[in-house]
Amino acid sequence: MLSFYVHIPYCIKRCGYCDFNTYTPSELQDGATLEIVSNDYIDAVLRELEAAPTDPVPTIFFGGGTPSLLPAHDLGRVIAAIKARNGLTADCEVTLEANPDSVTAEKLAEYLQVGFNRISFGMQSAKPHVLAALDRTHNPANVEKAITMARAAGFKSISVDLIYGTPGESLEDWRETVENALSLDIDHISAYALIVETGTKLAAQIKRGDLTMPNDDLMADMYLLVDQMCEEKGLTWYELSNWSKPGHQCRHNIAYWENKNWWGLGPGAHSHIDAKRFWNVKHPTTYKQKVFAGETPVLDSEQLTAEQIKDESILLGIRMRDGLQIELLEPHQLEVLAVYRENGFVQLQEDRVILSPAGRLIADRIVREITI
Amino acid sequence: MPAISLAKAPQPAATNPAQIRNFCIIAHIDHGKSTLADRMLGITEVVEARNMRAQYLDRMDIERERGITIKSQAVRLPWRSSLDGQEYILNMIDTPGHVDFTYEVSRSLAACEGAVLLVDCAQGIEAQTLANLYLAMENNLTIIPVLNKIDLPNAQPEKFAAELAKLIGCQPEDCLRVSGKTGDGVAELLDQIVAQIPAPVGDANAPARALIFDSVYDSYRGVVTYVRVVDGHLSPREQIQMFSTGVRHEALEVGVISPEPIASKGLGVGEVGYLITGVKDVRQSRVGDTITTYNNPTKSALSGYKDPKPMVFSGLFPLDGADFPILREALDKLQLNDAALVYEPESSAALGFGFRCGFLGLLHMEIVRERLEREHKLNLISTAPNVVYNVTMDDGKQVRVTNPSEFPDGKVAAVYEPIVKSTILAPAEFIGTIMELCQDRRGILLGMDYISEDRVEIRYDLPLAEIVFDFFDQLKSRTKGYASLDYEEKGDAEGNLVKVDILLQGEAVDAFSAIVHRDKAYAYGVMMTGKLRELIPRQQFEVPIQAAIGARIIARESIRAIRKDVLAKCYGGDISRKRKLLEKQKEGKKRMKMVGRVEVPQEAFVAALATDADIEKVKAARKAGQ
Repeated sequence: MLSFYVHIPYCIKRCGYCDFNTYTPSELQDGATLEIVSNDYIDAVLRELEAAPTDPVPTIFFGGGTPSLLPAHDLGRVIAAIKARNGLTADCEVTLEANPDSVTAEKLAEYLQVGFNRISFGMQSAKPHVLAALDRTHNPANVEKAITMARAAGFKSISVDLIYGTPGESLEDWRETVENALSLDIDHISAYALIVETGTKLAAQIKRGDLTMPNDDLMADMYLLVDQMCEEKGLTWYELSNWSKPGHQCRHNIAYWENKNWWGLGPGAHSHIDAKRFWNVKHPTTYKQKVFAGETPVLDSEQLTAEQIKDESILLGIRMRDGLQIELLEPHQLEVLAVYRENGFVQLQEDRVILSPAGRLIADRIVREITI
Repeated sequence: MPAISLAKAPQPAATNPAQIRNFCIIAHIDHGKSTLADRMLGITEVVEARNMRAQYLDRMDIERERGITIKSQAVRLPWRSSLDGQEYILNMIDTPGHVDFTYEVSRSLAACEGAVLLVDCAQGIEAQTLANLYLAMENNLTIIPVLNKIDLPNAQPEKFAAELAKLIGCQPEDCLRVSGKTGDGVAELLDQIVAQIPAPVGDANAPARALIFDSVYDSYRGVVTYVRVVDGHLSPREQIQMFSTGVRHEALEVGVISPEPIASKGLGVGEVGYLITGVKDVRQSRVGDTITTYNNPTKSALSGYKDPKPMVFSGLFPLDGADFPILREALDKLQLNDAALVYEPESSAALGFGFRCGFLGLLHMEIVRERLEREHKLNLISTAPNVVYNVTMDDGKQVRVTNPSEFPDGKVAAVYEPIVKSTILAPAEFIGTIMELCQDRRGILLGMDYISEDRVEIRYDLPLAEIVFDFFDQLKSRTKGYASLDYEEKGDAEGNLVKVDILLQGEAVDAFSAIVHRDKAYAYGVMMTGKLRELIPRQQFEVPIQAAIGARIIARESIRAIRKDVLAKCYGGDISRKRKLLEKQKEGKKRMKMVGRVEVPQEAFVAALATDADIEKVKAARKAGQ
């Protein structure tokens, strides 16, 4: 099996908190329009695809950037090509990340037509002042419209992304956002604590003192709140930042966390094949040049040692509902975990160690302690 | 020219004492002593102009860079006085200029009959100079007051001449005026040295007695001992004997410094020179000791010999634990040349293996540390300095405490701490702020005098512990740098002192204990618990931090349990980023120390124990390691 990630490195504008590998068309090429760059870019992705293994494909995920900016027929060329050379499994999950502002009923129908069956909207917040602090342009009312349209178009699985801990956001603001999200016709929620990445507009605003990040205690309370509210609504957690209705877990992301084989297409995209990780050059222009010249776009790679594989399986596994298998842990690691258990951060269920909600909030610390 | 060539000048071991003048220069650090000495070397032509370099006599790099002289030397300068046309031998004995080296200064003074009191006439006399001046006057030395730097545009020779006149009881016009920089007045000064300072007096036929006023380790020659012969005669190939230890050596070489060492046939009454016996350790040739001959030993030693006594203690730890053996070797080597340096191995739960070192004072400590770092490429952390306490228990048992962690548990009857008699010189406008500082530091006012219209001398008894803390920095900052400080030991006094322990989760961390005055214990407790609360990261459970005197808690803080330590996103490229971060943190984790169940980063120990400069260094090292 081989999952595919397809990176679409374009956005209409860059949001203040974002440090992803994405560009506005005018940043790339003076006077260029999306139509011009899109066709060319997809050609490049198809060239890169030629190097990938040909195992059958259980999931494809289009992320970005803003994949929904690109016309459905362009994205569809990639799905068709993968299908033609690898074959898709019967239940293949094909996800589109979408901006609620950039979809219409027609476009959504076209996406479904070319093979998408799962859509994830960047909702972030229901509160205008929070969206403004995040430098997001969409109108919160558009989220509901977009979701209704997506369901009407025939998407079987719909998700929203939320961000908490934005400067100026209160616990009450967050409660309203989560309430709003859960009132929508959705199957899945991803909720992420805002991370201030260096070099972003947000980082500069915080450095200048224009914005203040909430403290860790408020962040923790926000996490516990979204967890509790989702569970009450029948969306259960299956990974630290993800909740879903039964059968609606994102199988593509699970492939990452279970260290399956996956190939990232596009600039800056990472891949994991067996015990090797490799990643592409970052800039779309360099990427295209390399690919069109018949060269590999891979910038660098690493072969994982047995210890690294073990560390990765711990740091990924502990984030998931199934937790870690006790028999894979060593006695000194279990000793450390016993202390966390006393303090209510982990639970033992049969042969597995599972994080409690409070434990999930300090997962990185627990991983540090048991792997060092 | 009044200079005489060395070959024609009176020779060592054959110079009539009446032709000899032994003098030293008493001056503050930056008042131009070394420059004046350079001019004297030039004008007497013992150093040819083309070989001249600045601060010629200051041998060690560190001395030249910091502008201070650690080790004195004696230079033999032939000179024909223009007043009487006679030939003379002037022995200039260079004295250290800092408070830590008072004993060495006193021995240098004891080798002289006169002293040049050198004062920068833009700054006036400083406290250390005053202290050394008093020392010279007590030794009945003839004082020649000299105002230096008369070439400076802001020179105030009249004002400071009046100040000097008042201090030594002469007339303002008796003060000579020189410029070490231009050489103005230096020849006249040499003539006055001949005219005013008495010739040495001694019995050439008595058993030999020579005063050791300095002892320097040289890697090629072994220990070079500087001596002033009082009676009798020292000759090469002769068996000599140290009076204090009775140890016997052969004088392999005897000579004079002019200013390079020149072997001679010996040294006679009143002469100053060096001798080499082949010993490798300056502790076998101690400053202040009397040298005599084995075959005809003297029965009475010269007075004033003292063992050097460390006053300030501090732990020195290599930043990298693997450097411990290098530190040991470096200290062993340094001790060859520094009889006052003492050390013993120490291990700290926080800082690993190091040495507890004793120093004469703060400058001595700084110099030792700087030499260790510079000459041995060591990266060191030093703990906050402390003094020596003598504790008497209820059962009469005595305990000497050089490290707060050694402070005894149980019933303490009395704690004694060293007291110093300190002298502060400052412009009169700062009297208030200085008195406030001294009062706050448990000082007892002894007296105050105006040494000129607008400058005062303030005398206080102060606990040395208060001075080693940050007294000098405070004094300087409160007086815009104008105040100067000198102090001398005045024995021990009982103090209302307690040990404050710092407890993490109920467990005392010995590295954080301190001995403080009872009135300041609370402030120390609040400061330390507050500092640690900032420095220790949140743990998985709440951690109380307490300050306690015995079983009584005097201050408390707590580190709340950690709530959030997780990155929300973990997709694609995040995975290897996360793993790499983890690998890096594994390194950092090794620098964490467990105190009970509490993880304490090394920074916390360093920040709590060390100086600000050390904290910066640890941060920089941590950063470089990332």
